[in-house]
Amino acid sequence: MIAQILFVIILMAALYLFTKNTGRIRRNIMLGLPVNRNDQPTLRWQIMAKIALGQSKMTKRPVAALLHFIVYAGFIIINMEVLEIIIDGVVGTHRVFAKLSPGFYNFLIGSFEVLAMLVLVACVIFLIRRNVLQLKRFSGIEMKQWPKSDANYILAIEILLMAAFLTMNAADAKLQLLNYSHYIQAGAFPISQFFSSWLPSSPHILELIERGCWWFHIIGILAFLNYLPFSKHFHILMAFPNTYYSNLLAKGRFTNMASVTNEVKAMVDPTFVPEANTLTRFGAKDATDLTWKNLMEAYTCTECGRCTSVCPANITGKLLSPRKIMMDTRDRITEIGNNLERNGADFNDGKSLLDYYISREEIWACTSCNACTEACPVNINPLEIIIELRRYAVMEEAQAPASLNNMLANIENNGAPWKYSNADRLNWAK
Amino acid sequence: MENIKTNIVVPTMAEMVAEGKMPEILFWVGCAGSFDERAQRITRDICKILNYVGISFAVLGTEENCTGDPAKRAGNEFLFQMQAMTNIQVLDAYNIKKIVTGCPHCFNTIKNEYPDLGGNYEVIHHTQLIQQLIDEGKLKAEGGESFVGKKITYHDPCYLGRGNGIYEAPRKALEILDAELVEMKRCKINGLCCGAGGAQMFKEPEKGNKDINIERMVDIKETKAHVVAAACPFCMTMLSDGIKLENKQQEIEVLDIAEIMVKAKGL
Repeated sequence: MIAQILFVIILMAALYLFTKNTGRIRRNIMLGLPVNRNDQPTLRWQIMAKIALGQSKMTKRPVAALLHFIVYAGFIIINMEVLEIIIDGVVGTHRVFAKLSPGFYNFLIGSFEVLAMLVLVACVIFLIRRNVLQLKRFSGIEMKQWPKSDANYILAIEILLMAAFLTMNAADAKLQLLNYSHYIQAGAFPISQFFSSWLPSSPHILELIERGCWWFHIIGILAFLNYLPFSKHFHILMAFPNTYYSNLLAKGRFTNMASVTNEVKAMVDPTFVPEANTLTRFGAKDATDLTWKNLMEAYTCTECGRCTSVCPANITGKLLSPRKIMMDTRDRITEIGNNLERNGADFNDGKSLLDYYISREEIWACTSCNACTEACPVNINPLEIIIELRRYAVMEEAQAPASLNNMLANIENNGAPWKYSNADRLNWAK
Repeated sequence: MENIKTNIVVPTMAEMVAEGKMPEILFWVGCAGSFDERAQRITRDICKILNYVGISFAVLGTEENCTGDPAKRAGNEFLFQMQAMTNIQVLDAYNIKKIVTGCPHCFNTIKNEYPDLGGNYEVIHHTQLIQQLIDEGKLKAEGGESFVGKKITYHDPCYLGRGNGIYEAPRKALEILDAELVEMKRCKINGLCCGAGGAQMFKEPEKGNKDINIERMVDIKETKAHVVAAACPFCMTMLSDGIKLENKQQEIEVLDIAEIMVKAKGL
């Protein structure tokens, strides 16, 4: 009875905390500017099914795709076991699903075990790729300190959870053979049967191990759930809304700035009455000048580095890393959100996304080639943020690189980016 | 105007209208195609193809203005929209419905970004026109230079490929050559930029350990291609520079898809 009460308290606390912290992220995302991404729902569901659920863009790198699929499938399927654990924990039963259909239950537990082992192996390989083989994709100036530890923590937690699950089953299986207490014959243990011999034969110690692992497994899962909002691992949830709200238009198309259209129309046509304009700024200086979709993408990024590894600027040693653009945006909007909580809405910390997080050198190195947006397995668009920052630098501050100012002046004066007279435009035909 | 030296007929819209005629398609030449000497050769070859198949076309000539693409990529939306609205006024005044461009940047801008400002046209890139002509049997790779035994690789321009999903049209022209078409390690959706996009064409690159076009040379050399096919005047400049810097002019030639068609057909 005490165990049940304790279980319910822990479960409630975990769910409360998780709801609270995801709510804060939701609020941070909503600090962004409006953009309509609700058109064509059928197409959007299809994109989400294909890219988030079906992981279609992962297949470009087959080894990572296979390992990732194992962990992903394992995560979803093994979570069915969590449902049983929760019912057992609340009601005080043991392996409650076993009664429904013993045959099917054996199949379920058997598959969970195989998957758990596969997940465990995949996570070990992932750790080796990161820390021993040191794949280039996982390094970079933005991958120091927390982002580096975060990745290793996630893998370590997953390994521990799977190990606890398998040890729990091994102890349970041994207790079942001993016909001990309430340990009914339930489940098939294709993997953990091999570990049974490592465990002691005393039923009391076995029960202690089984219970210990049971509690460790479920508390571990609830703790991991609460780790998500502070981690890159949040992508397991965000991948779905983020792909649903994907850009459906051609990648080459940059957004039209309606606020500028208003002013340009007024310049061209003096009789034109511009629509009411609430925009305070052209382009983005801070994270709150970006759209909610840009901010959602920042929280979706799992720092895999596929974008940076294909970025022509980054490949050739420039400072720009599209992954850093996303991480900086996330860190900045989180900082703004925290300031909002602590110091109220009017507080200004004097910082901004541009210059304090992302440098001019980074934004001007971009070739707008869309390699990053193509590479992202969850349709994140770092390019849009870069262009918004450029818009601010050019239109609000007139701070473009000098050579670009020449080009812009040429367009303005001659109608061409080079210093040629428009009268000579047809000379090629002469 | 008819030109004896270049052997092409290039009517302007103004001339056409004066004669009470309406062309089937407007050829949007673009700034590079108009002013850059290397790109001018491509422009003339596109005209040769148009002349040969007998498509009625016209250019805007001095009435054409920069689409605003480099201004928009550089973040100057004001200048972009000023350019766009001026061009839309000219295009609409001539009642233009269909446009073929010689540049993926002009193509992308007019096709994708002008509609938001009221300019709605059917826009194709010249490689798409060439594909159509091949499909219709109007253009064949015969009568001119033979490409048999030559290795050709195609460099995807970002604003044609990833930007607009056009990967097959330019390759179509190469497939009918009887040459050996070899793909670079980074091609199609994985293609590597030449380094000129996003207004980089008009500035020095940021500090790094090499230039992007030199990075692309690795892929090009790996294919052992004799010809690099391009479809963008900016890529043309960057790739030609890369080849020059590595002293490979004797072994590797950069040609636009239109130039390759003109050579193959002997126009």
